[in-house]
Amino acid sequence: MKTFKTGGIHPPESKFTENTPVELMPVPKELAISLNQHLGKPAKPVVKAGSEVKKGELIGEADGFISANVHASTSGKVKSVKPHPHPGGHYAMTVFITPDGQDEWAEGLNTDPVDWHGFSKEDIIGKIKNAGIVGMGGAGFPTNVKLAPPPDKKIDTIILNGAECEPFLTADHRLMLESPEEIVEGLNIITSLFGGEARAYIGIESNKKDAIETLTRHASSKGIEVVSLKTKYPQGAEKQLINAITGRTIEPGELPFDKGCLVQNIATAVAVYEAVCKNKPLVDRVVTVSGLEIGKPKNIRALVGTSFRDISLFCGNLKESTNQIISGGPMMGKAVYTLDVPIIKTTSGMLFINNVGIEKARERTCIRCGKCVDVCPQGLAPWLLANVAQLREFDEIQLLGLANCTECGSCTYVCPSKRELVHWIKYAKALVNNRQKRKSA
Amino acid sequence: MESVNLKVSNAPFVRSKDSIESVMYNVALALAPATVMSVYLFGMRALVLTVVCILSCIAFEWLMDKARNKPNSCLDGSALVTGLLLALNVPANLPLWMVVTGSFIAIVATKHVFGGLGYNVFNPALVARVFLLISFPAAMTSWPMPAPFSFDMMVDMETGASPLGILKTDGVQAALASLSLMDGFYGTMTGSLGETSALALLAGAVWLWYKKYITMYIPLTIMGSVFLFTGLFHLIDPGTYASPAFHMVTGGLILGAFFMATDMVTSPLSIRGQLLFGLGCGLLTAVIRLWGGYPEGISFAILIMNSFVPLIDRWDLNDRKAENNKKPEKP
Repeated sequence: MKTFKTGGIHPPESKFTENTPVELMPVPKELAISLNQHLGKPAKPVVKAGSEVKKGELIGEADGFISANVHASTSGKVKSVKPHPHPGGHYAMTVFITPDGQDEWAEGLNTDPVDWHGFSKEDIIGKIKNAGIVGMGGAGFPTNVKLAPPPDKKIDTIILNGAECEPFLTADHRLMLESPEEIVEGLNIITSLFGGEARAYIGIESNKKDAIETLTRHASSKGIEVVSLKTKYPQGAEKQLINAITGRTIEPGELPFDKGCLVQNIATAVAVYEAVCKNKPLVDRVVTVSGLEIGKPKNIRALVGTSFRDISLFCGNLKESTNQIISGGPMMGKAVYTLDVPIIKTTSGMLFINNVGIEKARERTCIRCGKCVDVCPQGLAPWLLANVAQLREFDEIQLLGLANCTECGSCTYVCPSKRELVHWIKYAKALVNNRQKRKSA
Repeated sequence: MESVNLKVSNAPFVRSKDSIESVMYNVALALAPATVMSVYLFGMRALVLTVVCILSCIAFEWLMDKARNKPNSCLDGSALVTGLLLALNVPANLPLWMVVTGSFIAIVATKHVFGGLGYNVFNPALVARVFLLISFPAAMTSWPMPAPFSFDMMVDMETGASPLGILKTDGVQAALASLSLMDGFYGTMTGSLGETSALALLAGAVWLWYKKYITMYIPLTIMGSVFLFTGLFHLIDPGTYASPAFHMVTGGLILGAFFMATDMVTSPLSIRGQLLFGLGCGLLTAVIRLWGGYPEGISFAILIMNSFVPLIDRWDLNDRKAENNKKPEKP
């Protein structure tokens, strides 16, 4: 069975919701749709307080090359446009919508599926851009930009990422079981953009046997190869997935397209299909709601902008003992500080946990066991990066490969001294970034 | 629900169960067979010595934490492992005050003076052993005869030279006559508390390896290089040089290779560094055993190689930098 070459860990899978079908969450009383749901510049609001909007209507316009459109997730009235807590931990401009309860689509959106084969390449990318699709695995890179690499880069391998290696998360798993046709069509649309030679793969970890079976049934006749991958974190990281499936290594400073590869998330493929064939903008997504502190762990299909509070109520409320709420998975997610935070296009999971460790944990000294070096999928020396970050030697740390760290958290997971290795690496990255900005300014 | 007090921290939010404690207590557990064997061979005195050694190490650890105003670390298991290793490295009839002196050297002069756990350059138990060997050569080389199941306190015990000592002073014939290889394997020979039984030590080492607390790069290169080096000279002149098998089972080679040289804090991080470290330890051990002034060389060899660890790690570091900067970084 295939897997990536360097490092990796085996955290407990804790996939409590893998057999729970996706449940549709009703429209909440209020939606807070962030205009910053992607990598790059936040969208420009195009509505004002008081505007009436239909479902799928544009409320934020892409601002610049790396940016994405934002649409109303339901029909109703815009209550206000103001800064609001964002799952990333900061404030972002947010459009508040009071739903009218009709959930009525705007004219010409969410139509019956049409055949996409007649569409030109520009049409398809235009539709994806208009629908505001971004990478739904977590990074949120605008998909239309990713699908149009520089013309001198030849893409010969297209990989759909069904690894879902984060513990707890099962959103992609359920999607693979419940919407295999849409996934395969979405992948075919993406592949068609790169001519005839491009090979398409779907990489799935072997702990999702049923998904491998379902997709093999639907995909093999379409020239798509479903690859069963050995269960290992971080299989779903772009560079690791490419290495697992093609054996190619993305060297420091390179992007996947430098090695002829393009990786898309499962949910993104479905969104691409819906945008191209049904003219449906990205206004909802499947979210795994899990953790030991939530009443009923579920996979739900929720509208973008639904608050964590509404979702926790829908899933049987959270227990008193909850002390951390995480947006995303437990390895790379972010802790949110308020239940008012809404879900955005990249929120694949929401975990309610009681992390007693964070109060008790004390960073001890490094005992040089070398485990962080063994597990680092990028072949770095995390203990050293953390030490150098603490010393604020920012020239040295760049020489040590700071930029190659993908922040997967494997090193922190294994550290017996409970050192916050990733924390220090992120700290160094932020300061190095600031310094470069100051220099160029 | 409004009363929920949310805490924000950095990912990851799941952590492995490994801790300094689990590492240290597992090492201690792996040394348990050798400890039990030593009590079986050398009686109650061995048990008393081990307990005194461990307790004094823990006491010094506690004192040093107080003195340095550091969080209490005396129960994190590292002092326990140091104490246990030191006890296994001395003869069973060593006066107890010398044992406590050894603990002082290990914990205070080798570990805390450099900054405590993780910062020491040399293996604490080994420095203590070498200190005792140089300061009290007579007491450290009068080895009690093993007397299985004799649980007296060995006040007037019969002592003798170790097989390696006989080899050094009386030559190969006398050394070979003093024990059979199976004695060396089971441990029924003179020697330090815990170094005699290859069987008990290997059992613990295999378990540590199975639980992934140690890798076999260092131990196997040490054993291999000692075997090849002594084997070469045995082939040249069997009358002067003992067989490599004799060298394998005698002295502290197995204890040193599997439990002392693999100390995480004082060994290199990379595999190639560990291979180089092991090779150095093995060759130095063989050289000291064959031509040195002392019959046994593993302690000196490991300590000498400990001092090379920062240099070996620097070698990796420079290669790592070169590797990471093959291509100019994108802004």
